[in-house]
Amino acid sequence: MSQLKSGEYGRILHIGLEDTMRRRLQDLGMIPGTQVECVGVSPLGDPVAYRIRGAVVALRKSESSEIQLRRSRGDGAWK
Amino acid sequence: MKNTGELVIALAGNPNVGKSTLFNALTGLHQHVGNWSGKTVENAQGSCQIGSESCTIIDVPGCYSLMARSAEEEVARDFLCFGKPDGILVVCDAGCLERGLNLVLQILEVTKRVIVCVNLMDEARKKKISIDLKKLRHHLGVPVVAMSARSGEGIEELKCELENMKKRKFSGRGECVVKSTDYDPEMECFLDLLEPAVKICFPDAENSRWLAARLLDNDESLLTSIKEALGKNPMTCRCVVNALFDVRLAMEKKEIRQEELRDRMAASFVLRAEMIAREVVHFSCRKRPRKRSATDRVITGRITAFPVMFLFLLGIFWLTIAGANIPSRVLSDALFSLETQIWSGITRTAVPLWLSEFLIHGIYRVMAWVISAMLPPMAIFFPLFTLLEDAGFLPRVAFNLDRCFQKCRTCGKQALTMMMGIGCNAVGVIGCRIIDSPRERLIAILTNSLVPCNGRFPLLISVIGMFLIGSGPVWRAAVTPAMVLALFLLLSILMTFLASAVLSRTLPAGLPSAFVMELPPYRRPQIGRVLIRSVLDRTLFVLGRAILAAAPAGAIIWIMANVMAGGDSLLAHAAGFLEPAGRLMGMDGVILLGFLLGFPANEIVLPVILMAYTAGGSLTDITEVSAIQNILIQNGWTWRTAICTLLFSLMHWPCATTCITIFKESRKFRWTVLAIMIPTALGVLCCTFAAAIFRMAGFG
Repeated sequence: MSQLKSGEYGRILHIGLEDTMRRRLQDLGMIPGTQVECVGVSPLGDPVAYRIRGAVVALRKSESSEIQLRRSRGDGAWK
Repeated sequence: MKNTGELVIALAGNPNVGKSTLFNALTGLHQHVGNWSGKTVENAQGSCQIGSESCTIIDVPGCYSLMARSAEEEVARDFLCFGKPDGILVVCDAGCLERGLNLVLQILEVTKRVIVCVNLMDEARKKKISIDLKKLRHHLGVPVVAMSARSGEGIEELKCELENMKKRKFSGRGECVVKSTDYDPEMECFLDLLEPAVKICFPDAENSRWLAARLLDNDESLLTSIKEALGKNPMTCRCVVNALFDVRLAMEKKEIRQEELRDRMAASFVLRAEMIAREVVHFSCRKRPRKRSATDRVITGRITAFPVMFLFLLGIFWLTIAGANIPSRVLSDALFSLETQIWSGITRTAVPLWLSEFLIHGIYRVMAWVISAMLPPMAIFFPLFTLLEDAGFLPRVAFNLDRCFQKCRTCGKQALTMMMGIGCNAVGVIGCRIIDSPRERLIAILTNSLVPCNGRFPLLISVIGMFLIGSGPVWRAAVTPAMVLALFLLLSILMTFLASAVLSRTLPAGLPSAFVMELPPYRRPQIGRVLIRSVLDRTLFVLGRAILAAAPAGAIIWIMANVMAGGDSLLAHAAGFLEPAGRLMGMDGVILLGFLLGFPANEIVLPVILMAYTAGGSLTDITEVSAIQNILIQNGWTWRTAICTLLFSLMHWPCATTCITIFKESRKFRWTVLAIMIPTALGVLCCTFAAAIFRMAGFG
């Protein structure tokens, strides 16, 4: 997920994080199959902002690099 | 609380969906509202008129789910699950309904007495999002109200629903038919095994299915809360233990690990929310929203972000300094001419001279100084800051700065607590609850007072103006102090990073935070309301506290200056005692004494210093800046003294209120002591260092 560039889309395959962080992401609706869109990188390169189910959320690379994605084109309804 | 027949309603919802706005709209109270997640960290309570009777509304901190992660979310979960409210209003953001539904579904598993408020409909309409409320109501089985709490749209409808809820409570009829969320078949099978046992163990619990699911989930902090709330440990109940054993056996047979079980439970809610949202939410605009708004590209842009943040800082300071100048002078003129009148009035009466001197030159004068120096800058600074907060600027700053916090191994949300600290350190310390990891939270608490709070601004601004800046045209007279002030703030931020980095490497290791921060959409601030509320609530509150602290400090100074011991006044003794330490740090004994007496509130440091200089007898008129400058210069102040005083003002012990707050939040005496030691040590070091450099450079 950390390799996603601004404007690109992906679908979550696997979340390689445990405990608190894993649950936090689930609370935000991030489960396998969820679409994420990279919307912007912070000025120092990390964290990166993603649109997840309609909300913009900032994640650090240390976490997002543990999330595997399959690149996708993004469906019509932006979710 | 419940026996009075009064309805108790909890307000729940994701962070930053307008719960506090709705709370204010319902209760007429003025809970502080800001556009960032985690602003409300405590349950706030208010009452609201429903029909002819009143009901209690409780604003609960925002949470994403009932599986709490941070201290504030625990507050929310415990109240929603075990506080036994008569009803829960779950507030959702119409623009982000799906995630709100995730929480709604989880709450519906706990209780059926729920009303769903789809808030921010006005924003959603602008984004061309429409929501089929009938269908939503059908899917959830509970009342749904569409509203925009800010404009008041839908409030009456909501009150109607609350009235219905009240009727249902007393008639006991017409309970909503709610279909609780199904887990996958295997999970349902486990639940079927557990639920009967839970029913035997807790015969009174209305939500046995939810309890069973929590036992299956095996979340430690929740099990503790269950124990406390229901007064019984389910793990001591034989039937529950047996059932759990059966379940674990079945899990092993099917090779389902605990982690996977939790995943599946979470996924059931997420997927059902997704399904409902897909049917209910319609986007009439086929065009996808742009990647990032133009504003965001500037504020978080690679090149522009830092200059823009600095300009914002500079702008706020400039407006504060330039705007406060004249009102400050008018106020102090008025207050001191009033003093002359009271003085001439009181000397004509039979009041003894020493008492009138004590009251007027002691107490009144310090209070007058505090008011005239503090009120104008605060009345400008607070509203400006609140405007930025309302617009959604603060989370962007945290987003920009997070990399620096990563380097310090702390949480990026510390930037938010630091910005709250600029308003008031005590508020900043409470705000640290938004940080999940206890260790990173502690670091944020311990370093918060390194950021100068609003109460220190009058001293900073006037000392900078008197000693570091020459006079000039009006615009320059404000821009340059603003610049210097901004540089001093940068220094304090730098010190915060330094202290955080050292702390994170020395404190016992702990779990790192899960840094997930939401960037809310920009919202147009409600300018009128911001102005009124921030002046009335924050400014007057802080000012009141400062005046309360100023009066006794003025009294003490007056007594110390006028009680003689061995030929010298107590004041001279105390200042003489502190003199060597003060000199070492490039200041003098009186300045140190001022900081010590300023412990109740930072605002009174400069007035106390002036008071101590003039208390000896020479009663100068202090209405003019040049007069203050003269007093200071007569007492040996130079630009070097000024710099050391400024440094010490940035870095010294936190005020009394902050210390108490730190103790309450950290619950350990030693952390409170450390929170006092860290800034003090840094201040002493910096001042001594600066003074030594000045000496070596051949000054004084």
